[in-house]
Amino acid sequence: MADRIPLSKAPERWIRKKYLPHIWCPGCGLGTVLRQLVEQFEKLGWNNDEVVVVTGIGCTGRASGYVNAQTIHTIHGRALPTATGIKMARPDMHVVSLLGDGDGVGIGGNHFIHAAKRNIGITAIVVNNRIYGMTGGQASPTTPTGTKSSTTPYGNLEPSMDISKLAFGAGATFVARAHTANPVYLGQVIRRALEHDGFAVVEVLSQCPTYFGRYTGMPDPVEMVKWFQENTFMAKSPYDEQEDKIPVGVFRDDKNFRELSKAYRALWEE
Amino acid sequence: MKVALETNQLMAFAMKQIEPHVVAAYPITPSTEVVQEFSQYVANGDVRTEFVAVESEHSAMSACLAASLAGARVMTATASQGLAFMWEMLHIASASRAPIVTIVANRALSAPINIHGDHSDAMGARDTGWIQLWAESAQEAYDNVIQAIRIGEDPRVRFPVLVNYDGFTTSHAVETVEVLEDEEVRKFIGSFPRPEVNFLNIEKPASFGVLALQDYYMEFKRAQAEAYKNVKPVVLEVAEAYAKLTGRKYGLIEEYKLEDADVVLVAMNSAAGTAKETVDKLRQAGKKVGVLKIRLFRPFPIEEVASALKGAKAVVVMDRAYTYGGPAGPLFCDIAAALTNVAQRPLLGNVVAGLGGRDITMEHVEHMFNLGYKALERGSFEPLVTWVGVRE
Ligand SMILES: Cc1ncc(C[n+]2csc(CCOP(=O)(O)OP(=O)(O)O)c2C)c(N)n1
Ligand code: SF4
Repeated sequence: MADRIPLSKAPERWIRKKYLPHIWCPGCGLGTVLRQLVEQFEKLGWNNDEVVVVTGIGCTGRASGYVNAQTIHTIHGRALPTATGIKMARPDMHVVSLLGDGDGVGIGGNHFIHAAKRNIGITAIVVNNRIYGMTGGQASPTTPTGTKSSTTPYGNLEPSMDISKLAFGAGATFVARAHTANPVYLGQVIRRALEHDGFAVVEVLSQCPTYFGRYTGMPDPVEMVKWFQENTFMAKSPYDEQEDKIPVGVFRDDKNFRELSKAYRALWEE
Repeated sequence: MKVALETNQLMAFAMKQIEPHVVAAYPITPSTEVVQEFSQYVANGDVRTEFVAVESEHSAMSACLAASLAGARVMTATASQGLAFMWEMLHIASASRAPIVTIVANRALSAPINIHGDHSDAMGARDTGWIQLWAESAQEAYDNVIQAIRIGEDPRVRFPVLVNYDGFTTSHAVETVEVLEDEEVRKFIGSFPRPEVNFLNIEKPASFGVLALQDYYMEFKRAQAEAYKNVKPVVLEVAEAYAKLTGRKYGLIEEYKLEDADVVLVAMNSAAGTAKETVDKLRQAGKKVGVLKIRLFRPFPIEEVASALKGAKAVVVMDRAYTYGGPAGPLFCDIAAALTNVAQRPLLGNVVAGLGGRDITMEHVEHMFNLGYKALERGSFEPLVTWVGVRE
């Protein structure tokens, strides 16, 4: 049976083998996200030199090093302004940014809001592991209230931030949430985001067994992935409610706004 | 009392003993553990500090600044990009006379991305008006942070202080150190002398963040520049009191075998230790060499440095950072300035070493001394700046 499923060519074409093995922990969700991203590049038939991958600093930030495309690893929090500069200079490029939750909506949160407001053509994939992974498990803006972390040993006192609602409110023209328990669906959502001409946000619920898992008594990545499966529901809006579960789905896909770099070019033509 | 802790944990322990009113911080390698460990003390109720886990260093220093101006004792810790991201606020903190104490495990700056030790971060803060103390070892880092509180808060000073030690080499090393009892620390630093002008003094409402243009800006800055003259005597006074308490005596600089030294190496932080070891070795071979270690880098102790170096024939200044496009490394430029009006000036040369965590070995240090001897033969350092331990 197995040999009848054709092997994907995506890893061969889109992963820089010379940088392997990667630094991610066994069972980390980042591998799933990266795999689904490069699968979509392949499915879309894009060339390696027309894709730009921009990241900040963090475990997620490391992704840019592994993708065989035009890549730039910037500083913590500044991936989106960098991506903005690239898109404005080269509207013909596919600009993709992978952001950690701290990187994307914490230290770089202001940029997130403004990139959404501008409707600049960037695909922002926010890998939400609900903790600062790289620096050792401190509470991040998306750490749920009451959750333990290395800086909140008795539970987080602050309310947590909802990335999809933030993107929604800030005016991102494509907003979706998916998780690593369903890689096929994750891939489909990423593809729609990549095809979207405007600022597209995909919030990915992803497991960090090493820190989030350990602090919440769920150090087994399989259990964490199951948790995503059992605690999410398909929804049309990030505001939909069903018990205590987290809504996932494509929440907005609005083609009515002009993408910024193209709007500029159009202005020049006039 | 003796403890064996990683230096970062030791700094958290010192913070627990100090028990500042407010700590606002954001994690960054290699200083993360300082505040992380401290947050555990907070959570366990060991201290009554208000700990704010802000979303960036820019916010951390903004919160620290406001808390300090409201009359609170304030501390934080950072490194590298984190300190760089605080830069805007660093100037405001010193000009507003906010005695915040910031612990820095010195680390290289991007690009390229690097998490290891060098002095680029603190050198980037060189002109911000912060007092800077530097430490060779965990013991010195501990002693400096306790003294920093009292120095910064002294009514004659009231400036913020950076307490530096090398990222990884020192920050992650375990050393057995002598620490004070909590009570001794609290007594030594005393209660926070709340300034008369502060946010919370409702008797005397004040406005912070004033505008001063061509009319008064320069007078403000002149007054600020003048105020640093008070720092040196206070640092010495505090060191004196600390020596009485602990037996460990500190100056503004440390002179190691300088009395009869022909060639002197100037160093800061952990490399000073390697340099001293090398001096001992070279002295056995009959070479008259010595080390000058800078403890107080800002305000720069010009007179003390000039007097310590006036007997030397050649001085090699080791920089663990560089002034790109500049004439030489930042420490070299200060040493050269300190010697400007000295009649019998030694030959001066600069070495750049240990960037981005590159090891500084005893062989490297020996090579640095040899550069000094070569300069003595030739009559000058050629070239002025030599990069040591680098692939060319
Ligand atoms: C200005 C600055 N501050 C702090 C850091 C240290 N730092 C690196 S990654 C990181 C947080 C990582 O968390 P997140 O963005 O959620 O990404 P993850 O590692 O979880 O993927 C921090 C605080 C830094 N590199 N630069
Ligand atoms: S620390 Fe967490 S987010 Fe980072 S690689 Fe490990 S599992 Fe993944």
